Formats: sequence, C-alpha cells, structure tokens
Amino acid sequence: MTFFGLHFQDLVFYALALILLYAALSVITTRNPVYAALFLVLAFFTAAGIWLLLEAEFLAITLVLVYVGAVMVLFLFVVMMLDINLDRMREGFWQALPVALPVGGLMAVEMVMIVGVNNFGAKKVLAPAAKPADYSNTAALGRVLYTDYLLAFELAAVVLLVAIVAAIALTLRSRKESKPTYANKQVAIKKADRLRIVKMDAVLEPKAKPTTITEEKK
Amino acid sequence: MVGLSHYLILGALLFAISVVGIFLNRKNVIILLMAIELMLLAVNLNFIAFSHYMNDIAGQVFVFFILTVAAAESAIGLAILVVLFRNLRTINVDDLNRLKG
Repeated sequence: MTFFGLHFQDLVFYALALILLYAALSVITTRNPVYAALFLVLAFFTAAGIWLLLEAEFLAITLVLVYVGAVMVLFLFVVMMLDINLDRMREGFWQALPVALPVGGLMAVEMVMIVGVNNFGAKKVLAPAAKPADYSNTAALGRVLYTDYLLAFELAAVVLLVAIVAAIALTLRSRKESKPTYANKQVAIKKADRLRIVKMDAVLEPKAKPTTITEEKK
Repeated sequence: MVGLSHYLILGALLFAISVVGIFLNRKNVIILLMAIELMLLAVNLNFIAFSHYMNDIAGQVFVFFILTVAAAESAIGLAILVVLFRNLRTINVDDLNRLKG
C-alpha cells in the first residue's frame, strides 16, 4: 500500500517523527512548566508509537505505563505544588541562544554525518526478516531477562528499592504539632511511674460562710 | 524506504534539541530534568533501532534497565527539588549558591 509514493509505514514514521520533534522543541521553549510537562507526555506517547514501528511492543507499553503514568504525573504534581516565579526564571532566556544553537547544531550535524544514509541507510543495513505471527516480543525479552541478565535484573530491583527509601527519607518531616503514640513506651510503663498514693487524715473541714466566699471573689 | 539511518538521525536531532534546551533553561531546574528525560529518550530510540535492525534483543534489555534507572533518578531528583523549595522558597539555579562553588 503506497501513499504519494511512500509506504504506509514510512508515512507513519515521518508523521510521528514530526510530532516528536515539535513536542521536544515545545518542551524546551514553552513558558509555563505545566505545558512543558504536557508536551513531554506527548513526546513520550509519540516515541512509544515509533518503538511500536520497531517491533518493541513491550517497551512501548512500558514507556506509556511507567513514564506517562508515573514519572510525568510526579512531574506535574511537583510543578503544580511549587510556587514558581516565572518572570525571574525567564530572565535572559534567549541570551544563551547564540551559544546554544551553534553547539546543538554542530552536534546534530556531526551525528547526522556519521549515522547518515551513507553508513546506515536502507541499502547498507537491510531490514530484518519479518517475525512469524506467533512471535512474542514480551516472551523473548523475558527469556533473556530472567536467564542471561538475572543479576542485572535483581540489581535493578535493588536500585528501585533504594530510590523508594531515598525519596521518602528526603521528603519526610516530623511535624511539631503532631502527637504520635509510642507503643514501646506504652507497654513498658509501670504503675509506680504514674500513680502516687498520698496518705491523708480523714478530717472534715468546717464549712466556710457564704458571705466570706463572695467577698473573696470580689 | 525508511532505514536504520532515519531512526538514528531522529535520535540525534532529539538529543541536540535537549542539549539546546539545557542551555536555554539553565535557571529552571524542572525543565532541566525534563531535558535530561528527552536525552534518555533519544538514547533509548537508538538502542531500540539497532536492536531491531541487528536482530538482537540485548538492545531492548538495555532500554529496560535505562528506563528503570531513569525512573529512580527522576523520583529522587524531584524529591530533592521539593526539599530544596521547602528550605529556600525558590528553585532558581542562581539562588543555589550556599556551597559557594
């Protein structure tokens, strides 16, 4: 199936690539950080589409679930919680452009010269043969992940655990007005610590006259 | 016909855009973190493109681990940002001069 002399897959690639570049440019130039976070969500979605074109289905779904679902929501939470002075942030925003554009452009030109069509074009690197219909990307990934890369997989789990502990330990603060109960102190308490028995003689005080009470009140 | 080079060029352009973003947003820590995420996305795109065209699943395993580490990194980075804002009432990079570096 061809449109305007292009294969359907190529058309999808060019459309997604344009959206991805537009979203990336918007992330770095937009004024409001909330919009920047939302454009980054668009960039991740589009990148997931491109990964689907490259037959990395599991990672495409993971990108949407983990990045759009968790990391970007975290970003949005933080951006909306903080009271940011945008005018001070944008001071001299375009001042760095004379430095940034040559550096970025030079990097892009250099990389494109290396990875261009002459070295990695469709004629140099042939497209791989189509996978059979019952091929499962998730199963193939899981097979190597749980055998060849088992140690790295467990280290990744440790990294995530450390990240959880670090994030909670950094942001946790004990409030002054909170009144927590300490179970160990409650259990260890003895009767003698709290109760004092005072011996008193059983003597009845004579009743004072009501007039004297009112005088005292005055 | 789209080949491997098209994906690699797209990754290179994405990387260059995020480098420019780091130059432009040098005062805003949040946008800096977002530019770093974009860079990681560009690198992951390269890994997946090579994995597809070389017919080797190891590239996708690398992307899996990069995603894990990047998620941990951004979680800790944002936690530091929240603590920073709580102490200084600002996240402007110009105001972060306590260490006199």
